[in-house]
Formats: sequence, C-alpha cells, structure tokens
Amino acid sequence: MAIPEAGAPPRLEWRVARVVAVRDETPRARTLVLEVPQWPGHRAGQHVDVRLVAEDGYQAQRSYSIASPPEDGTVALTVERLDDGEVSPYLVGELRPGDGLEVRGPIGGYFVWHVAVGGPLLLVAGGSGIVPLMAMLRHHALADTSVRAAVPVRVLYSARTPEDVIYQAELERLAAPPLLEVVLTFTRAAPPGWTGYHRRIDRAMLEAVSWPPSAAPHAFVCGPTPLVESVATLLLELGHAASRVWTERFGPTG
Amino acid sequence: MQTEDLRLDGNAAGGVLREVFAHEMTAAVATCAGCGTMGPLGALLEYGHRMGVVLRCPECDTPVLRIVLTAGLFRLDLSGLQLLTIPASVSSS
Repeated sequence: MAIPEAGAPPRLEWRVARVVAVRDETPRARTLVLEVPQWPGHRAGQHVDVRLVAEDGYQAQRSYSIASPPEDGTVALTVERLDDGEVSPYLVGELRPGDGLEVRGPIGGYFVWHVAVGGPLLLVAGGSGIVPLMAMLRHHALADTSVRAAVPVRVLYSARTPEDVIYQAELERLAAPPLLEVVLTFTRAAPPGWTGYHRRIDRAMLEAVSWPPSAAPHAFVCGPTPLVESVATLLLELGHAASRVWTERFGPTG
Repeated sequence: MQTEDLRLDGNAAGGVLREVFAHEMTAAVATCAGCGTMGPLGALLEYGHRMGVVLRCPECDTPVLRIVLTAGLFRLDLSGLQLLTIPASVSSS
C-alpha cells in the first residue's frame, strides 16, 4: 500500500518545541501550535509525549494526540484542563507563544489512518477523544477531490454540554452530507431546541449512525476508557469485524 | 474513580516501547501466552505505575509484557508473550 514513510524516526529524542500560537477551543480546552525542530512528519492519529521538569528536577510526562494533519508542518496539540492535574493546567493556562516545551514523537503505528487505506470511515469520539480523529478529518479534507469522494466519513461525537464541543465551527464547516456527516450527542445539557441525540452512545445510536457491517467501515474510537470499551463492544455485537475497529483510551491524567 | 478509569491501552505505552525496542511498536502483533489471542500492542490494556508499565491481554488478563525501569535498567518480563511480530516498516501497517 502506497503510504508515505513519515512518522517514525529511528530514534525517539526529546526536543524543545516552540509554541507559535495558542487557540482557545472551549472554556477548558486549548490548542497549542508547536514548531518542533527536525520534525520528521507524522501520521493522523499519532501522539507526542510531553515532559515538564520542575526546578527541583521533578518530572511529569503525559501523552497528547496530534490534531494537525500530516500535511501541516506544525504540530497542534489540543489539551483539556483537569483542574487537579500536574501538567494540563500549565499547558492550558500558562504557556504562551514563544515559550518552549519538551516533546518527543511522533508515536504510534496502530491507531493511525491514511486516506490511501480507504473507507468508509467511522469516527466515534468522547470528549477530548475527538483530537486524534480531527487529524484524520483534516487529512481527509486535504486529499484530492476524487480520492476524498471514495471515502465517505461519519463522525459521532459525544460531549457533555454544547460548550464542551471542541472544533465545533470547523466540524460544521467540514460537514457535507452524504460524504461527510457529523452527529453530536450530549450527555448532560443540550442546546435549547435541540432535536438531536441527548444520551450516552448506545447500540441504537451506533446502528443508526454507522454503516452496516457489510460496508466494512474502518472504525476509530477514542475517548474515556468506559466509552471506548462500550462502543467497541457494541460495534462487535452489531457484526463489525474486530480487525476493523481501532481503539484508543484516554485517561483522566492531567 | 473506578479502576476502569485508570486503565488505558498500549497506545499510551508507545513512547516507552520505542525507548526499549528502538522501533515503533504499537502496531506490532503479540500472541498471548495465556490464551493465544493475537492483537496489536496498541490494543492491549495498559496499567501504568510509577516504575513502569504492564500490558495485559484484553481477553484473559494475562500480563503479556511488563516493563520496569530501575537503577538505569529496563527489565522486561515477557513470560506472558508467546510471539511478537514487528512490522519491519511503518508503511506496512
């Protein structure tokens, strides 16, 4: 399969990235756009490790998914703040353009997708689990029209409330049914007048949003562990092959 | 907080796996010595702890791969691993 050889340098070394821009996505989530020296390129779905070192030498390390597409030379991380976290409050609240940040990557060869792999593509996200799926969506949007037309995409995105929806404006802009459909469900508060889903992702919702197993969609599921495991189990129950379901669990580590 | 909230998967161990194996490993396929289930390391269940990482079989909970970093040494317990198949190139995944 002709997939570019990007995203796996022989050695994994810590490098000091430069923050070139920050962008608030929600009241709790911020995108950091990084320039990483000697960045070898990445694949949609990969992540980087971020390391913070305190003056006394104490280190804290976290993994954050890359939101920018492979076509982009910069590395965009979207980080959600966990108030009692050690790392995320600093990344979301303190980092400014011009600051340095130690990163290593890109990392990951399993939870990755390239448009040449084809589709249909089913993306199921819970909360900040949308981040690596956004890299896939952006990658898809940048493909040649003829290539893109052969790969329909459906996104099912579960968020607690409307203000927790990351990339909302961009998702609305990218949506172009039937080629690209975006379906939201809210698990706590829905917007006034909302007629869409207002519950956790369940079997009926997945069956309605996804393609049938006979269409053999590539399903990527990312979010909190309980959501990922529930969705993956439901997809198998609906008849999707395990080899067509890719999962990535996000933890509450802050 | 429930235990399942602390359980991640092998994707999160990609960095330390690269340190140990000098290779992208999350797409490498492991065969569990406990039940024979085959699957990518990225899909194993990860239980991180201060000293290292444990990757368990999602089917039978056997610890397939244990990595402990101590005194400047990586110590690997591979007793739960029957076979490990590593793609020679990332493009083949």
